[in-house]
Order: sequence, then structure tokens, then C-alpha cells
Amino acid sequence: MTHPIRLGAVAAAAALLALSACSQGSATREDGGEDGQTVVRYMEFSSNGGNEQNLEAIVAAFEEENPDIDVQVETTPYADYFTKLQTAVAGGTEADAFELNYENFVTYADSGALAELDVDGDAYTPSLLEAFQHDGVQLGLPESFSDVVLFYNKDLFAAAGVPEPTADWTWEDERAAAEALTDTAAGVWGDYQPATFHEFYKALAQAGGQFLTEDGSATAFNSPEGIAAARWLTEKSGTVMPTEAEGAGTPDFDSTLFREGKLAMWHSGIWMFGPLADVPFEWDVVVEPGDQTKASAMFTNGVVVSANSEHPEEAQAWLEFLTSSDTTVETRLDAGWELPPIADQDKLAPYLEQTPPANRQAVFDALDETVLPPVIVRQQEMQDAVTEELGNAAAGRKTVEQAVADAAARVDELL
Amino acid sequence: MSTATTGRPTRPATQPPRRPGKRHRNTLRYGGNRLRYAGIVALFLAPSLVPLTLFTLVPMVSSLWVSLHDWNLITPMEFVGLANYRELLSDGDTWAAFGHTLGYIAGYLPLVYVLGLAAALALNTALRGRNVFRAAYFLPVVTSWVVVALLWRWLLSPANGLVNHLLGLVGIDGPGWWTDPAWAMPSVILASAWKDLGFVMIILLAGLQSVPGELYDAARVDGTSAWQRFRYVTLPLLSPSTFFVVVISLINGFQVFDQVYVMTGGGPAGATEVVVQQIYDLTFRYGRAGDASALSWLLFVVVLVVTIIQVRGQRRWVTYA
Repeated sequence: MTHPIRLGAVAAAAALLALSACSQGSATREDGGEDGQTVVRYMEFSSNGGNEQNLEAIVAAFEEENPDIDVQVETTPYADYFTKLQTAVAGGTEADAFELNYENFVTYADSGALAELDVDGDAYTPSLLEAFQHDGVQLGLPESFSDVVLFYNKDLFAAAGVPEPTADWTWEDERAAAEALTDTAAGVWGDYQPATFHEFYKALAQAGGQFLTEDGSATAFNSPEGIAAARWLTEKSGTVMPTEAEGAGTPDFDSTLFREGKLAMWHSGIWMFGPLADVPFEWDVVVEPGDQTKASAMFTNGVVVSANSEHPEEAQAWLEFLTSSDTTVETRLDAGWELPPIADQDKLAPYLEQTPPANRQAVFDALDETVLPPVIVRQQEMQDAVTEELGNAAAGRKTVEQAVADAAARVDELL
Repeated sequence: MSTATTGRPTRPATQPPRRPGKRHRNTLRYGGNRLRYAGIVALFLAPSLVPLTLFTLVPMVSSLWVSLHDWNLITPMEFVGLANYRELLSDGDTWAAFGHTLGYIAGYLPLVYVLGLAAALALNTALRGRNVFRAAYFLPVVTSWVVVALLWRWLLSPANGLVNHLLGLVGIDGPGWWTDPAWAMPSVILASAWKDLGFVMIILLAGLQSVPGELYDAARVDGTSAWQRFRYVTLPLLSPSTFFVVVISLINGFQVFDQVYVMTGGGPAGATEVVVQQIYDLTFRYGRAGDASALSWLLFVVVLVVTIIQVRGQRRWVTYA
């Protein structure tokens, strides 16, 4: 008779083996490709969460034009992407080409891990192209840009009889509307904006404050503006926004809440246009409300070729196609994904004609007054420290003043 | 250790352990062909020695080397001598991480031992279906920590978890298990004790089954109570198994990571930032592989010292019958 424990152990061991086989990571995979094709591996995060098929469509179009090249995409969620990439680079198993956001590009460019590119840059918006130069050398191509706007559920506003947001709104208007729209009995929340580093540096700019001093040698946000920004973010939790204990902060929590029609206002990126196209209610966007001034977050992603790639030319050909081909422009605009970094503004026109949302002009209006994240060497530690202290204030473990002072002290130590 | 746990009543505790290597060498004759003998020994050692060398010894030595450098995994390493160690020892986060780890051990070890002992005692009886129960208690031990931790994260979910729902039915407003800094570590301890109690149970069960029945008969004749038999017969004769369990559980306790990473990620507000979580964050979040390697070695030294103290101290309380 088979002993039950042994049987269980065997079954569990088999399950573990299967799991570890799955998680082995495609970073070490070396598929030969068919019929002597050249394989170009591409690691990225930005298609994760709803745009995977759009990237597949671009890959298919590229392979159609370049039958000799087989592009193998390896998608990782943003939250884990840079950990995985860093480990892959340290182990020498990174893909031929990979995606980087602007904050991380500088570190990688410094490290010598990136191959120099030889491109005719006319296709790109000059400022975006320059962002991916390092010491005068083109080490990356701009891939996309995006910004953050205020999404709102028109049906909920109509039902509550609250006037819809406009471009003139300030924090006070948003706060009043959020309170009027929150109906905890029905599980409907007025607002969602996490109290994190990325929201804080933006709110700080909206309040008229500065994150670092002019010379970057110390923090400048332990100020009335910094406290106002922190208070604006942390007081939402538990009043007009779900708390962490209710699930806030877990992956997809906010997008699910909005999709289910239980969230009236949501601070999120324009990459959500596509994934929200099919929701059964009316929604639109508007430039984020400001306080002393307007300030919108802008993000730029770029793509690079690894210095270790055995096929740098093929990798670069793929990246040029990925960033500036007409297929890419059309796919990105049709899907409502992040915008292509191309110089030819006429090609962007179809983007404005699509709905939802009706007010796509807000995407470009937001670019009039943008704020970039502060970038320091110990970036992630700074981000974690600020997010943790804001979390302490949001959960009521510290006063807002104390949390801001502690965050400033912790960031000062990192500078 | 293997001879110790059987608790055979033939050998006095003072006698030094036998030296099997020497004995075999004298009994197995290879006609003086030492080379051939060495080859055979190497062959038998290889299955464990090769993986141990490749996956434990080489990485350990490498990490010692890395700990003397600044390295963000991307740019080339820069030699800094012992600076990483000095920095860590003067950093409050390091001490906090060791404090959290000790807090975890202080809650986990007694809990898992008492639960494991209770299960072992219950399943050492003529209980019907005891094999099913033994398998059931042991199943979590061989289950992936990720699965168990996700399950517990859901069970203890403050807003819609099963535990708080059940507490709500009897009128108790359940705590914010992994969102409240005061409850996060108890949550991790609870999940860990649940998963590991089967391991403790199996070891103690083996120990219980080697306690000779005559001792209980003799104790009964002397008119002892059940508690006295447990206290003066069972516990002393179980002490070699207890010693083994405590050594292994302490080492595992110092290395606690998977459940913390999945359940809390070190939060909230750093309340569950244990040493290995700190090592992970330093390497993979903050790109400080040098500091992380140095911290690994500090942890190694602490575990080594604690284990040596335990092995030395066992004479005082471990009875080899």
C-alpha cells in the first residue's frame, strides 16, 4: 500500500517541479527560430495589463516585412520588471533589446550595458530623441510618451447631480465632488489617488512647492506646500477613497473598481483608454485639477539594445520599427495606448477623433504644464521612503506634518 | 544526530559518539589500494558534494567577495574593503531587521512547538483514521510557500477575508491583520506555525514512538498521574527530538523570507522587515548587492553563534536514554 504521506510528498514535489519549470524564466531561453531565422529577444513591461495583443500586432507586421528575423517578446509586469532586468543584466542573460523608462535609462547608460545606435532621428520628436542620448551618443530610442489625467464616470456624476469636472477645477472642487459622490452604502467611492511618491511630487508641484533645492543637495518639501500636498493625498483614504485594509494598493484594485462603475474619479494614465473602451457606462477625462498651479505627470519610455547582443543590427531594426513605423503609430492610436514619439503631428490627428474619451485634447493640454520626477542615484530608496511615510499619515499612524518631516529627513540621508 | 534521535536505551549519555568513518575504513579491505578506495568514496559523495559545492559553497565564497565591494549589479564592482560592514552596523535599519527577526522567532518557535507536540501526542494514540490526519497535518509542509502565503493573505484579508468575516459573525471587529503594523508580524507567525507544525509533529511522533512502553507501565504501577507521566517520562525522552526541532526551526526562523515577501513585503511601515527581506530589498530593489552580501554574512555569523551555543548547551537538558 502506498503510504499517504509519501504519496502527498510525491504529488507536492511534482507540483513544485512543474512550478519551478514554469518560473524558470524565459530570460535564459534560446529558441533557435525557424529556418535559420535570426532571433531577437525583446524584454518589456509596457504592454502588460491589456495591450499585449497590440504589441503582438506590431511584431507580426515587422516579421512580415523581415522574414529573416524572429522577434520573441518577454513581457513582465512593471512592478517586477526592473528587478528581473537588473538580475538578467548581472547574469548576462538580458535580451538583445529591452525597454527602459527615463529614470532608469540614465543608470543603464552610465553602466556601459547599452549598445550605441546608428539611426536617422528625423522621425522622432527632437526633445524625446535627446532624452535618450548620453554624453552625445544615442543609446536609446524614444518609444512612447504618456501623461496622467483625471478619469471620471459620467453616469455617477449625472446620478448624483454633481457638475462634471472642467479644466478649471482646483483641488477644492475635486474634494467637494468626491465627498458628494461617495456612497459607502452602495460601495461607490468618490476618488482614487494613491498616497505614493509618484502622486506626491506631482501634487507638490501643483501646490507650488519644490521637491529638492535648486542645487539638488537637499530636500525642499518639508514646507507648507509639501504638507498641503501630503494632506491632499492622505486625507482621501477612508473618506472618499478605500483604505489599504479595504484593498487599495493591491494590483488592479483601482482599475477594477472603476470598471465596475464604483469609482467616480480616478487619477490614472492615458494607457488605460484602450482597456476601458468597452465598459458599460459613459466616461471622460480632464486635465488634473491643480492647486496653486496646474502640473501633470509625464512619462517617457525608451528602448535600447544590449551591448552584449549578438545581433545588434537586427535588434535595432526591430526597435526602429517598434518606435516609428506607420504600423506602430496606427496601432497605438487605434488602441488608445501610450502615444508614439513621432515628429509628424499630422499622424496623431486620428487619435483626437476617437472616443471614448471624448476630450482627448486633454492629453495634449496636460503637456503644457508638466512636472518630471526628481531623479537621484538612490532613486528606489527615495521613492519607498516617501511612499512609506505617506502611508503612515494615510493610516493615521503619524500626523501629516510628522510624516512629511520624517520623509524629508530620510530622503536627505540618501542624497 | 541520527543516533541521538532514536533514543536507544543501550548507550549511556556520557559515551562519545562512535566514529563510523574510522570503523568502516578498518573493516573494509581494499588490499591497500588507497587510490581506488578514495575513488569509491568520491563516487558516493559526488551526488551531494557536487550540488553543495556548485549551489552553496561557490555562491557563499562569491558573496563574501561581493560583500567587500560596492556593486549595483549593472556597473563594474568597486572595492571598498570592510566599509559595507561598518555602514550596516551603524545603520538602524539593520538592527531593526534583526529585531523583527527575533520577534518572529519568539512568537513562532513556542507556537509551532506546542502545536506540533499537541498534534504528535494526539496522533500517537489509537485514534481512528490517524494516518489520514498525519498526512493532512504534513501536507502544508510540502506545499509551496507562495501558495500557502497567498492563501493566508486572503484568509486574513482585513476587509473581505474569511477570518474577519467569521469574527464578525460573533460580534468581533477583526483587526487589520497585514495592514496594521501591530498585527502584521502575528499574522506571519500564525501562517508559519500552521505550515510548519506538520514537520514538528513528524519528528516528535518518531520520538514518541521510540519511548519504551514499559516505562509508562512502570510509572503507572508507581501511581503517577497522566501529567506526571508526560512531564517525567515523555518530555525527557523526547528531548533529543525536541533539540533537533529547535535547532532546525531556529535556523529556519532566522532565514524567514518567503511568507513575509508574499504576505506583507516587509510592511506595513516596515513592521515585518526581517533580515532576509532586507537582503532581498537591498539587492533587487535598491541595487546594493555589496551591502546585501555583507548583511548575509552578518546573518550567517549570528546563526552560527546561536547554533554553537545550542549544541554546547544541549548537555544540560537533552537526555539520551
